[in-house]
Amino acid sequence: MLNSAMVGLLGVSLWETIYMVIISTLLAYAFGLPIGVILNITAKDGICPNKPVNSVLGVIVNVFRSVPFLILLIWMLPFTKMVVGTMVGPTSVIVPLVVSAAPFVGRMVESSLNEIDGGVIEAAQSMGSSSWQIIYKVLIPEAKPSLIIGAAISITTILGYSAMAGIVGGGGLGAVATNYGLYRYNNEVMLITIVIIVVIVQIFQEIGMMAAKKLDKRLK
Amino acid sequence: MIELKHLSKVYDNGKTRVEAIRDINLTIEDGDIFGIIGLSGAGKSTLIRCINFLEKPTEGQVIFDGVDLGAISHKELLKKRQDMSMIFQSFNLLSQRTVIDNVCFPLEIAGTGKKEARKRATELLEVVGLSDKQKSYPVQLSGGQQQRVAIARALATNPKVLLCDEATSALDPNTTSSILNLLKEINRTMGVTIIVITHEMRVIEQICNKVAVIDSSRIVEEGPVKEVFTAPKSQIAKQLILPKNDFVQEVEGLNCLRLVFDGTSAFEPVISSLSRECDTDVNIIWANTKSIEGRTYGQMIIQIPEEKEKETAIKAYLDSKKITYKEEGINVE
Ligand SMILES: Nc1ncnc2c1ncn2[C@@H]1O[C@H](COP(=O)(O)OP(=O)(O)OP(=O)(O)O)[C@@H](O)[C@H]1O
Ligand SMILES: [Mg+2]
Repeated sequence: MLNSAMVGLLGVSLWETIYMVIISTLLAYAFGLPIGVILNITAKDGICPNKPVNSVLGVIVNVFRSVPFLILLIWMLPFTKMVVGTMVGPTSVIVPLVVSAAPFVGRMVESSLNEIDGGVIEAAQSMGSSSWQIIYKVLIPEAKPSLIIGAAISITTILGYSAMAGIVGGGGLGAVATNYGLYRYNNEVMLITIVIIVVIVQIFQEIGMMAAKKLDKRLK
Repeated sequence: MIELKHLSKVYDNGKTRVEAIRDINLTIEDGDIFGIIGLSGAGKSTLIRCINFLEKPTEGQVIFDGVDLGAISHKELLKKRQDMSMIFQSFNLLSQRTVIDNVCFPLEIAGTGKKEARKRATELLEVVGLSDKQKSYPVQLSGGQQQRVAIARALATNPKVLLCDEATSALDPNTTSSILNLLKEINRTMGVTIIVITHEMRVIEQICNKVAVIDSSRIVEEGPVKEVFTAPKSQIAKQLILPKNDFVQEVEGLNCLRLVFDGTSAFEPVISSLSRECDTDVNIIWANTKSIEGRTYGQMIIQIPEEKEKETAIKAYLDSKKITYKEEGINVE
């Protein structure tokens, strides 16, 4: 049965999950957004074509994206310890989450920027815009709706990763599911955590889609 | 003034090599509305994109008001581009910005203060007749309206030159006319030099004073519109300018004259007075004449009576009026 201790634990875990996901997403964007922009502008038909930069960055991104999250997490434990001083708990999970999500976010951002009509960029160039001005006045604002949808997808992906991190002592809802569902066969707790995670995913997804729709000026 | 000297552009990706423009030499004077006409793939877009160095020419120079654009730093080039705006076939407005914010865009780039930019944008939207659409987004406007916004945007930085790449090709004939009139008005009132790229003769007719014909990467003919229009020399100019004849069947066997109007006379009175003076009927079989700068240009094929003396009289009359004619040259080509 669900007792008050269990409710309290779920509450704390929920909070830990939200904390991990939000901070990781923000940091993943802090790294991923520039990665995506660089991938886009250094591409062959980008505004600053640069094959070496584009290829090297592309390979790095692909490598990090193809390593399964759990393996990356374990592999990174020493690095994590170095950065945050601990290998357990929600804060420690943020490090591998960011390392894993940033390349993913980078590709999302890149593909959002790739959707922008080249003509608009050319028009901005014809007005004497510098590359930097094109990035922050044309590329990012024009891609905003698509970037927001990308963010909703990224945040749910990060949520999924964060749950996996629970297996190795990362805390949050994933840890509850592992400790009670996996080791103690407590189906009820298992189910509750699943429902909570599904609800959070839905909420983020909906907010993202709604915001994108509301902000997209092409749809009126 | 813009001088293009031996301008060439080669696209070479290692496998294929395309010489998009080859040894282009043109001078565009201040205040000109200079048309560049050619068929698809002739190199028109490449040429206009080389003028503001959106495309770096492989060879040759672009001299804009005495400054060689190839010889200045990138930073200076960006500054120069604010003096030569561009409008496009697909308008290229920022979809996430309102109309007024689109017009403010180049001013933001140029570093103009926000308040001043707004004021200028409001003025320009008035010039293009879209004051009531300030807060609209591009998607809410028709093609013609979007092009007007693009024109306002292009004028925001007070450019000396406006480069138009097929600016009316996506518009219907009426809208095309109104946009062309607006361009002409801008040229007249603001003294902006305009370079117009097009594949449509009527665009040239309606607004240009000079024209260059581009074919297979080269300029094959150039001069004042009236000269090139009345006496196209190159094959391609003839093809673009003179209408195709779809009447050969009907004309066969008839006694016809082709009259060429070079702007010295209006054709209506000529034909009626010709009938009167020579006491004969002439039948206009086909005509393609146009009014350019208030004068008539073009050609007409008339059927004349078979009688020899009538024909001689008609020819004498045409000679006296200095109208060029040719016997039955149905084939335009
Ligand atoms: N970036 C490019 N890379 C390779 N070839 C190109 C490139 N841009 C243009 N070309 C080639 O250069 C030639 C001229 O193209 P351009 O776009 O200037 O023609 P255009 O006269 O503007 O044609 P249209 O009326 O269809 O717009 C074409 O053969 C085209 O395929
Ligand atoms: Mg073109």
